[in-house]
Amino acid sequence: MASILAVDDSASMRQMVSFTLKGAGYDVVEAVDGVDALNKAKSKKFDCVVTDVNMPNKDGIALIKDLRALPDYKFVPMLMLTTESGTDKKQQGKEAGATGWIVKPFNPDQLLKTIQKVLG
Amino acid sequence: MSIDMAQFHQIFFEESFEGLDIMESGLLNLDMGDVDAETINTIFRAAHSIKGGSGTFGFSAVADFTHAMETLLDEMRDGRRKVTQPAVNVLLGSVDCLREMLTAIQDEKILDEAKVTEHKKALDTELNGGDNTALPSVQPTQPIAFENENAGWRIAFSPHTDLLKTGNDPVRMFRELAELGQIDITVDLQGVPGLYELDPEECHLSWQITVHGDIPRSEVDDIFDWVEEHCDLAVQDIKQTTQASSPVFDEPPQTAAIETTPPSSATNPPIVSESGQSEKINADKTPSAGKSSASIRVDTAKIDTLINMVGELVITQSMLSLIGEHFDLNKLDQLKNGLAQLERHTRELQESVMNIRMLPISFVFSRFPRLVHDLSSKLGKKIELQLIGEHTEVDKTVVELISDPLVHLVRNSLDHGIETPDERIAAGKQETGTVTLEAYHRGGNIVIEVSDDGRGLDKDKLRAKALEKGLIQDDAVLSDKQTFELIFMPGFSTAEQLTDVSGRGVGMDVVKRNIQSLGGNIDIVSQLGTGSTMAIYLPLTLAILDGQSVAVGDETYIIPLGSIIESINVTERMINRVAGKGETFRLRQEYLPIIRMHEIFSVPNAKATKLTEGLLVVVEGQGIRCGLFVDDLLTQQQVVVKSLEANYRHVEGISGATILGDGSVALILDIPGLVRLSNH
Repeated sequence: MASILAVDDSASMRQMVSFTLKGAGYDVVEAVDGVDALNKAKSKKFDCVVTDVNMPNKDGIALIKDLRALPDYKFVPMLMLTTESGTDKKQQGKEAGATGWIVKPFNPDQLLKTIQKVLG
Repeated sequence: MSIDMAQFHQIFFEESFEGLDIMESGLLNLDMGDVDAETINTIFRAAHSIKGGSGTFGFSAVADFTHAMETLLDEMRDGRRKVTQPAVNVLLGSVDCLREMLTAIQDEKILDEAKVTEHKKALDTELNGGDNTALPSVQPTQPIAFENENAGWRIAFSPHTDLLKTGNDPVRMFRELAELGQIDITVDLQGVPGLYELDPEECHLSWQITVHGDIPRSEVDDIFDWVEEHCDLAVQDIKQTTQASSPVFDEPPQTAAIETTPPSSATNPPIVSESGQSEKINADKTPSAGKSSASIRVDTAKIDTLINMVGELVITQSMLSLIGEHFDLNKLDQLKNGLAQLERHTRELQESVMNIRMLPISFVFSRFPRLVHDLSSKLGKKIELQLIGEHTEVDKTVVELISDPLVHLVRNSLDHGIETPDERIAAGKQETGTVTLEAYHRGGNIVIEVSDDGRGLDKDKLRAKALEKGLIQDDAVLSDKQTFELIFMPGFSTAEQLTDVSGRGVGMDVVKRNIQSLGGNIDIVSQLGTGSTMAIYLPLTLAILDGQSVAVGDETYIIPLGSIIESINVTERMINRVAGKGETFRLRQEYLPIIRMHEIFSVPNAKATKLTEGLLVVVEGQGIRCGLFVDDLLTQQQVVVKSLEANYRHVEGISGATILGDGSVALILDIPGLVRLSNH
């Protein structure tokens, strides 16, 4: 089954994302911020990355940029969790190489639907 | 797929309260002149997380409220808005309001809507007025066009060469389109370069897709939403294209520019409203989350130690059962070793379990900067708060219960202790007063001190007040300490009039009682004109105690090890009998009262009735020392404290009971209570 890296500094969101995806049968690894995620992504290739944007140490946009630069992650789908107010964040994210976004607040079904869209 | 979101609520609440604390301390630390970008960023992140979480977990009121705060903070973060004191105050107020909202939701209580509205209004006023140059961009919701009878869409899709590098894949998008309705696809190979120039990582194909069926435009837009900037896209109604009969496909780039603009704004509203629905559903579920069991955050290192310890215990257990299987007397040494190991491991295990309940006192201290900030401006005083020893660890129960008494003491210091700036200057002091909160370990106790460099307690005033209230007799001779302790008497209040700062219907007597109910004690040291210090002594933990068991007749009593100074054999020469006042003994120039345990607890069959036959255990409690006369010392051991109040009723001189290894019950002595008892 596909493996997903879920990155969020908020434990509740992280758990919700991870729980939902695990429930759908995905392998999920959690990371607490961009730095943690980058390290984990380097040690194992994930099929998809789902990341929050606002995080300490390294934010989601910098993470996507760094990941895209790695040969292993050139074409890997990367989704950002963003709020509806974050239009310019979406723009920045796209410039960094994000595949798409999931608008917060979202429910588990929306999350799964979006993941299936890129992983299927 | 249905997932019960309620299971994440508890952690969301914890995290949000933590976030609120972060916001609060961040806001308090903001220096108006020189705003630290990272501080603002941290505050923003906390607000952002709360908003995201509350929206997702179905607390739409909270999400809505936080959204306004977030917008304000975002503008400050981007430098579009100046950080002003009024704005910070509004934000601080909002933090409080948010905390109340979350608490209300967590406890399933009714929210004070009026208060929320008021804070929200203050936020909105700040948002619309204030120092911002750009108004918050509220995107006008575009009416979504509903085509009633829609036959389908004709889509011209020509990705830019870099489309694949965003992780998007045209094939997946076509599959999604196919889910909407029947599709016809034609591919245009014209753009594909020759083999030598071909870069396999680039996309050179373009497609013309027709989707048949009654499909809302927004669903089509949704699919291309992520790639709109990495392709030229034109979406046309089939009917229109057929009527116009001039396919737009011939010149896609120009149309694309016009056609792709609406999707971004038109696609968002449906998503929002969809989640709005789910919020309602989730909101219905929230009650079931209820007030789930209190949880505690534990350092993973502590858990690891615990697991190690349990591993050791299992090894020891299997070793012992091996010895037990074929036991003969030769194995007695092995057995003893095994038991010693078992004892060691059990003790270590116990310590690490207790350790889990230990929290740094900063959990309590962290609320004080705000309190001092608010109160000092209210009182017109300049006060600086110093926190020392925030990392001192205390039992979770203590943390929870000490908070209110501490708040009361700090309020008192601010209100009655510290003088106004003018008074301070007149007294030759620095204009700014200092209140210090300090925590440290001493012996088996944790000591928390609240000290100020204010006016100190006036002994004459205290005495006069106590006389006036009829709390003491005219001729009462009081030591300094006793005079200070008058303030702990019920019905005593030194303030000329109750202010809304310290006089909240709770007196110092309640503070003292609360501390005593925790097994602690409070002490005052004060110097007129230079300040006062209130020291709270609390046991480190309330559940397990290091004790010394002593024998009195057939009974066993436990004396808390921390209160024992020494144990001695007395000779007749050391004993002094004062008629009517009991017995004392001399210990290195000091005369200490003797409490005969078998008399005070009426224990029959005491082996030692003459003082020279038994032992005197010298103990100290609340500054008073005395000798407890017992038959013999038994062992030192850790005992699990069982409350006597919960199982029987309070007994003076006894703080609890425990069960000994042989199954019998031993009472644990409360030394200060025992001293009081013997004085009667």
